[in-house]
Amino acid sequence: MLDGSIDRRWRARLSLGLLLAPALLWLGALIILPHVDLAVLSFRERIAPRQYRLSLAQYETFFVEPLYWHVFVHTALMSVIATFMTLLLAFPIAWVIAKVARGRAASLLFIVCLIPFWVSETVRTLGWMILLRESGVLPALLVKLHITAEPVELLYRDATVFVGLVYTSLLFMVVPLISSLESLDNSLIEAAYDLGAGGFATLRTIVIPHAAPGITAGCIVVFMLTLGNYLTPTLLGGKNSQWFTEQIYAQFITRFNWEQGAAFGFLLLGLSTAMVVLGLRLSGQRFGDVMRRT
Amino acid sequence: MSHADLVASAVVKRFAGSTAVDSLSFSVAHGSFFSILGPSGCGKTTLLRMIAGFIAPDSGDIAIGGKSMAGIAPNRRPVNMVFQQLALFPMMNVVDNVAYGLARRGVSRAERMRRSTAMLERVGLSGAARKRVDELSGGQRQRVAIARSLVLEPTLLLLDEPLGALDLKLREHMKIELKQLQAAFGTTFVYITHDQSEALVLSDHVGVMNQGRFEQLGTPQDLYYRPQTPFVAAFVGSNNRIVGRCVARDAELAEIATGDGWNIRARSVGAIGVGDAVEAFVRPEVAMLARAAADLPAGQPRYAGDVQSVLFDGANSAVLLQEAGTRREFRIALPQTGEFSDLKPRDAVVFGFDPRRAVCYPARAGASDAAPLKAAGPNA
Repeated sequence: MLDGSIDRRWRARLSLGLLLAPALLWLGALIILPHVDLAVLSFRERIAPRQYRLSLAQYETFFVEPLYWHVFVHTALMSVIATFMTLLLAFPIAWVIAKVARGRAASLLFIVCLIPFWVSETVRTLGWMILLRESGVLPALLVKLHITAEPVELLYRDATVFVGLVYTSLLFMVVPLISSLESLDNSLIEAAYDLGAGGFATLRTIVIPHAAPGITAGCIVVFMLTLGNYLTPTLLGGKNSQWFTEQIYAQFITRFNWEQGAAFGFLLLGLSTAMVVLGLRLSGQRFGDVMRRT
Repeated sequence: MSHADLVASAVVKRFAGSTAVDSLSFSVAHGSFFSILGPSGCGKTTLLRMIAGFIAPDSGDIAIGGKSMAGIAPNRRPVNMVFQQLALFPMMNVVDNVAYGLARRGVSRAERMRRSTAMLERVGLSGAARKRVDELSGGQRQRVAIARSLVLEPTLLLLDEPLGALDLKLREHMKIELKQLQAAFGTTFVYITHDQSEALVLSDHVGVMNQGRFEQLGTPQDLYYRPQTPFVAAFVGSNNRIVGRCVARDAELAEIATGDGWNIRARSVGAIGVGDAVEAFVRPEVAMLARAAADLPAGQPRYAGDVQSVLFDGANSAVLLQEAGTRREFRIALPQTGEFSDLKPRDAVVFGFDPRRAVCYPARAGASDAAPLKAAGPNA
């Protein structure tokens, strides 16, 4: 009988272990192990072929070489602005889906937001290139409408990168916003209105405080996606788009300087962590509340 | 005291084919407590939302404090509303909830804190100013919701079934509190409810609403003792409903015979001729119960019956009996003397009522005997 109960407990543990195995394997083999390896890489310096020593040289390079941290700051700023633009664009969309549209119309609108994501990011970005390049659709249209004398190159500008980034991130902002706006009781809006608030005052005092966890969640996700985006800045911004992920790519692939690339990777991780912490502090949100909204 | 704070004239609102509010006109005197009582779907919420300004009437006019409200948005009306679910702002503490309307009017922070704190004191919540809304009990929230509106000194306070979400004990308590608050502030209250007891206890005047119209508008006593339509008789208070044909009548009373051969007499309201279909109502508290015929007042019709069940409910106890000839159910309120405390099912009893205190009307279209007797229990 004793044996039986041990056997049963052992079996329960085994089945729990098996259920968790894929997740643990994923976490261990694909996230933790590579990061540990990269961390080790980033803290060493090659002194001779196949000879390395522990050093902070990789990080030093970043701070000494103005190009690197210039690109770093540029990427951070662009990401913050792109996140904010995504929020401004996504909020009205989420509002319409959550509060204005009813039944079929609401799901239809949501599907319209979702459909672009059925296509891979590469194809979507190439679509933008077809529209915006000098011989593309939009410049031709501008000429036809006599707005410009000859076709202009709309690619390879910061504005174009913003368009691509916002377009790519929109859904990830809309979804948490919808869920937080849907949970807002309509009678709260009516009560504010009844007590003398106008549209803007209601938005500021009732809607935004209620939706704050959703807004923060959406901003965190979009900011991380934008900061770590490689394809969109490269394709739409061209070689001079100065995105930090391009620097990492260059170190790993072009220069074959894995040590430097690893250090850059950790700097980017540090940046996104710092920004998330800062964002949570500024909006007075708790990480747990916010993550439940994503 | 004489001028009207609210005047509705021929207000109409239609929704996709159905008429929610059908050419309604009434006025509410300054400082009074006015209730709109009706079953769900009668249009009372639509009416209230039109007064608040959330929906516009299709035709007709609503005037508040002597000014027409046509085209005036809710945030510009001298009206505030206590919502059914109260709609307190969970993102603010109690005093900020109360100060919300003042802040929107641009009152300085010091001044609105002073006024909100004073208002909280008046509703007995001075200690709760810094609490979060979800830390309050149901009754306290109710008071915050009222304070939040009254601090703005509105001409009219609208209340949308605010007691509906409370449990019975608290509801009874809040009824008294609401009445006292209204008396203390002197603000005109317009209250909508489907609970006749709330309407009767609280109001100076009640409009009984059915299918977008007022069936009757009067004091609670009018509605109870002198219902003008069968709907009011059935909806306000509980009633025994008897459908039959008028077989004889004099100036005051009509004699009614039911299809299965029970004859009763009742005071007639409206044009009833011999042969007309009628609906009669006898209140359980009007009928008298006795063990022997001799115990009933002489000169009144009396009927035999036997007890079907005793519905003991303290002061609201009643007995459900069956008339001997027709086996019809008839409800009689038990007197508080304890005289019938040993009444058991199947006991033989006699009962009767003063025909002048029973009432009958021309039958409504579609009224049939098969309609459930319990048109309205005490809290239906």
